[in-house]
Amino acid sequence: MGHEHKLSIFRGFVTFKSNTQKIWGVLIFLSIITGVEVALGIIKPEVLTSNSFLYMKILNWIFIILTLVKAYYIAWDFMHLRDEKSGLRRSVVWTGLFLIAYLSFILLVEGNYIHDIYKEGFIKWEF
Amino acid sequence: MEANDAATQTTGSWNGGNEPLGASYGKMMMWFFIMSDALTFSGFLGAYGLMRFKFIDSWPIADQVFTHVPFIHGNYPMYYVAFMTFVLIFSSVTMVLAVDAGHHLKKAKVAFYMLLTIVGGLIFLGSQAWEWTHFISGENGAIQLQDGKIVQFVNADGHQVKLEDFAAAKSDERVQHSSSKGLWYVSEVALPPVSLEQVINGFKAHPDLQLRLEKIDSKTKEKVLVSHQDADKYLAEAKQVVIGANLHVNEYGKTLFGDFFFFITGFHGFHVFSGILINIIIFFNVIVGTYEKRGHYEMVEKVGLYWHFVDLVWVFVFTFFYLV
Repeated sequence: MGHEHKLSIFRGFVTFKSNTQKIWGVLIFLSIITGVEVALGIIKPEVLTSNSFLYMKILNWIFIILTLVKAYYIAWDFMHLRDEKSGLRRSVVWTGLFLIAYLSFILLVEGNYIHDIYKEGFIKWEF
Repeated sequence: MEANDAATQTTGSWNGGNEPLGASYGKMMMWFFIMSDALTFSGFLGAYGLMRFKFIDSWPIADQVFTHVPFIHGNYPMYYVAFMTFVLIFSSVTMVLAVDAGHHLKKAKVAFYMLLTIVGGLIFLGSQAWEWTHFISGENGAIQLQDGKIVQFVNADGHQVKLEDFAAAKSDERVQHSSSKGLWYVSEVALPPVSLEQVINGFKAHPDLQLRLEKIDSKTKEKVLVSHQDADKYLAEAKQVVIGANLHVNEYGKTLFGDFFFFITGFHGFHVFSGILINIIIFFNVIVGTYEKRGHYEMVEKVGLYWHFVDLVWVFVFTFFYLV
C-alpha cells in the first residue's frame, strides 16, 4: 500500500522530509503546547485571570484555544485526516463540530439561566 | 453481450464496489464510531459544564483538589496530570509510528511500537488508578454542614490543615459497630479517625485556624475565608466529618464535582482499558503474522484511530477538569 503523506504543517511553513520525521515534529509541538498550558495553570498571571472577554477569563480562552489546536494536530496528523479525502474529513469533522457546538451552547446557556434563578429569583428550590 | 454487461455493471456508479471516500468499509465505520463516541463524551462534558455554570460561584478550584505527586510530599498542583497527558500523547506517537511501519510492511517494527503503545497505556491507567485512590482516600478532611455544604480548615497562611493535626484528644469512646460487638446482623462502615466533637474542640483551641467556605469571592476568584471569631455560626451547623470522596459526599466541595470526576474520568479510563485490550489482541496478530499474510496492516491503522481518539478525549478532559 503506497500511502502518500502530506508532509507540510502550519500551512506549509514547516515541511518534513518523511512521515516519521513529521510525527516527531508534531510531538514536539504538542509537548510545547502542553508545557505552556501547565505553566500558565501554575503561574496564573494576574492580567489573564482578572480580565475577561465575552464573560470568560482570558486565561480560560487561552486554555480552550490551545486545546482545540492540540485536538486539530492529533486529528490531522496522528489520525491522518490530512491525508484523507475531503469528503471523509468533512463528514466526520463538520458533523461532530456542529453537534458539539450546538449541545455545548444549549447546555451552558441553560446552566447559566439556572444559576441566575438561584441567585436572583424569589423562589429557591433544589433542581 | 451478457459478459460485457457484467463488466460495465461493476464499474458503474450505483453498482457497488466504489469507494468515494477513499477508505475501506472498516476504516470508515471506525471514523463514524469515533464521531458518535465523541458526541457521547461531549454530552458528559456538556452536563459537567451545565452543573458548573449552575454553581459557578461555589465550584471547587482544581488547584486545591489535585495537588499531589506520588512519592513526594507537598503542594504540587498539575504536574502529575501533565505527566499523564504527556504519557498518553507519547503513546499516540508510538501508535502512529506503528501505523507508519505497517505501511512499509516492517513486521518487527510494528510489533515493537505496538508494545510501546501498550506499555504507555498501562502507565496511564496506573496513574489514573493512583489519582483515584488519592481522591477517594482524601488528604485533609473537612466538615459538612446541615445544608450539605463543605467547610475546610486553613491556617493563617491560607494553607489547608489536616483534621488530625488539630483535633482535640478523644473524649467519647464510641467504637465501630461490628456484628461481633452488637446485634449480629448489624454493622456500620469504619468511623472517621476523628469525631465531629474533637474537630470542633480542636478548632476552638487553635486561634490561628480559619474556615474556608465553598463560596468563591467574585472579585478575587478565591474561596471565601471566615475568621476564627466568626466561625461559631458555621460550626453550630456542622453535621459530620468528611474525609475523602464517594458518590454521596466529598471533602473537596460540591458532591456533583466528585460524581462527574468519577464518571467522566472513569468512562475515559474504561476507554483506555478497552483500547489496551484491543491493542494487545492486534499485537499478537502482528506477532503471528496475520497481517503479513493479508498483505496489509490496515487493522493496525484502525485500532490506531481508536487509540488516538482516546488521547484526543483526554486532552479535553484535562482542560475542563484541571485547567479551566
